[in-house]
Amino acid sequence: MIRFDHVTKRYPDGTVAVDGLTLEAPTGRITVFVGPSGCGKTTSLRMVNRMIEPTSGTITIDDRDVTSLPPHELRRTIGYVIQHAGLFPHRTVIDNVATVPFLLGTDKKQARARAAELLERVGLPAHFARRYPAQLSGGQQQRVGVARALAADPPVMLMDEPFSAVDPVVREQLQDQFLQLQEELGKTIVFVTHDIDEAIKLGDQIAVMAVGGHLAQLSSPADLLARPIDAFVAGFVGRDRGYRALGFARGAALPTTPEPTVRFGERVPPGGLEEWTLVVDDTDQPQGWLRSGPSGSPPGSPIDDAALFRGGTLATQGGSLRAALDACLSSPSGRGVVVDGDGRLEGTVHLDAVTDLIASRERAEVTGGADG
Amino acid sequence: MIGNVLRWLNDPDNWNGTQFTTGIWAQLQTHLLYSVIAVLAALVIGLPLGLAIGHTGRATSLISGLNAVRALPTVGVLVLLVVIIAPHFHGRTSKGYIIPTLIVLILLAVPPILSNTYAGVQNVDPAVRDAAYGMGMTGPQVLWRVELPNSLPLIFSGLRSATLQVIATATIAAYVTLGGLGRFIYDGLAQQDYPQMISGGVLVAALALIADLVLALVQRYTVSRGLTKRFSKSTVGGAVAADLEEAGVEHT
Repeated sequence: MIRFDHVTKRYPDGTVAVDGLTLEAPTGRITVFVGPSGCGKTTSLRMVNRMIEPTSGTITIDDRDVTSLPPHELRRTIGYVIQHAGLFPHRTVIDNVATVPFLLGTDKKQARARAAELLERVGLPAHFARRYPAQLSGGQQQRVGVARALAADPPVMLMDEPFSAVDPVVREQLQDQFLQLQEELGKTIVFVTHDIDEAIKLGDQIAVMAVGGHLAQLSSPADLLARPIDAFVAGFVGRDRGYRALGFARGAALPTTPEPTVRFGERVPPGGLEEWTLVVDDTDQPQGWLRSGPSGSPPGSPIDDAALFRGGTLATQGGSLRAALDACLSSPSGRGVVVDGDGRLEGTVHLDAVTDLIASRERAEVTGGADG
Repeated sequence: MIGNVLRWLNDPDNWNGTQFTTGIWAQLQTHLLYSVIAVLAALVIGLPLGLAIGHTGRATSLISGLNAVRALPTVGVLVLLVVIIAPHFHGRTSKGYIIPTLIVLILLAVPPILSNTYAGVQNVDPAVRDAAYGMGMTGPQVLWRVELPNSLPLIFSGLRSATLQVIATATIAAYVTLGGLGRFIYDGLAQQDYPQMISGGVLVAALALIADLVLALVQRYTVSRGLTKRFSKSTVGGAVAADLEEAGVEHT
């Protein structure tokens, strides 16, 4: 557990970066600091490993004041991941990962063996070990950065916008893998981001900070979306928070109806098809929609990539209502495609059914008070 | 003319010397000795100073101040120093000339080494430095394990340019009665023996090139491949190949 107790950082010119911050980052959980630039979120994070010293107040890790150790010794017990990874360009990937064990005097061979293990864990193939950072893409560098922070198995990790410098597709993969990793490792993590979506996706607890360095709200992601405490937080959380809140709603099972399908690679049967027909592959995974009739594919024409509408997203049974709603809205036929955990077609769901589910959930929330 | 120069350079007497003259081999040794002493001394002064200023960010005005030294006219300073220093030595010694010559050469070699070392440390990516401290390195560890290795390419370029300048300028030792390859240039000029003079110049240039080549080799084996980006063939294309790989591995 990391505790901030009335922590203030005031610079000599009078600017206050952090103003009387008091909060707890619980053990084994991800606490996200989020806020506009200049709100002191990075300063707060850097005071934990004493890259910045607070003007007043104390920070403790597991009830031990961070100032009870010399800074460099303290930092070796805290994982640290920064925005541009900050890998050492003159060292190979494996030696980058083994940085802290080397500093702690661990046997080189042993440190490298552990580093190789970690590379695999963060999803990098073994042959990357002997490469140099300049040979890696931004996303790969960030993976190495995470592996390096984990090398000495620190109980606490500080992550300063680690995924914000990579493109959105890679960012999402990194976030998903990070959550998976955290599920296995259960570190106490303080994570800084300016991206509210990232905060909501990753945080067990979110601290929204306002310019001037004070804590505006501290709550769970679902609570933050449902009950922003003031106009600033409401504005920061964003206009479509009602829609985003559905991302946490894993309500009742989606009422699917069976959907007639045709196989990818076959031909449109002579009798023609409904206006919109779902196309699946050999393993029953939905591929897209086929349009028949006067403006679509005529009977006998091939069912191939050129004929397919791939626009629709897929909802997973047991997944969030947000995904279900999106599947309906994005499907050209108006019927949302639902798959099971293995990606096989389960059926389709109508927009009305999804909105009914959402409405019943809202009612339950209003009458039942706070949800988990 | 070229034929005369080649003939001069081909004469074994010019290389080994006679009882009246000092040969090329001997002058080459003298020239090399002055140069090596000057460059090493400049390294001993410039490298630690540059690392310290770069690491602490203090006393940076010293860098521009010392760069101004480069503007001093070398021969003028040499003559001035000889006038000041030589009278303090008596008897059969050439120290009164050697010391001023070395000072002039060192003055010439310090600025490029110092300013390049400083620039090398300054140019280390702030994120890299931040990560180094954040991992728990102490100040000296950051300097030795991160800043110095990352500055090596610039340090070497400073060292090489200092070496070239010193070898070329060490010819002025002959101007104040000392030896070195400058002897052939000044003697050739005085005696209107142009083949000898040109040969002297050619020898200086050749020595400078060889010295640079040697330093280039040393650089090649001391600077990390991660900085020079000389990667083996299997990974040519570096980040591009990495991107493709990532696309292949992750987008499935």
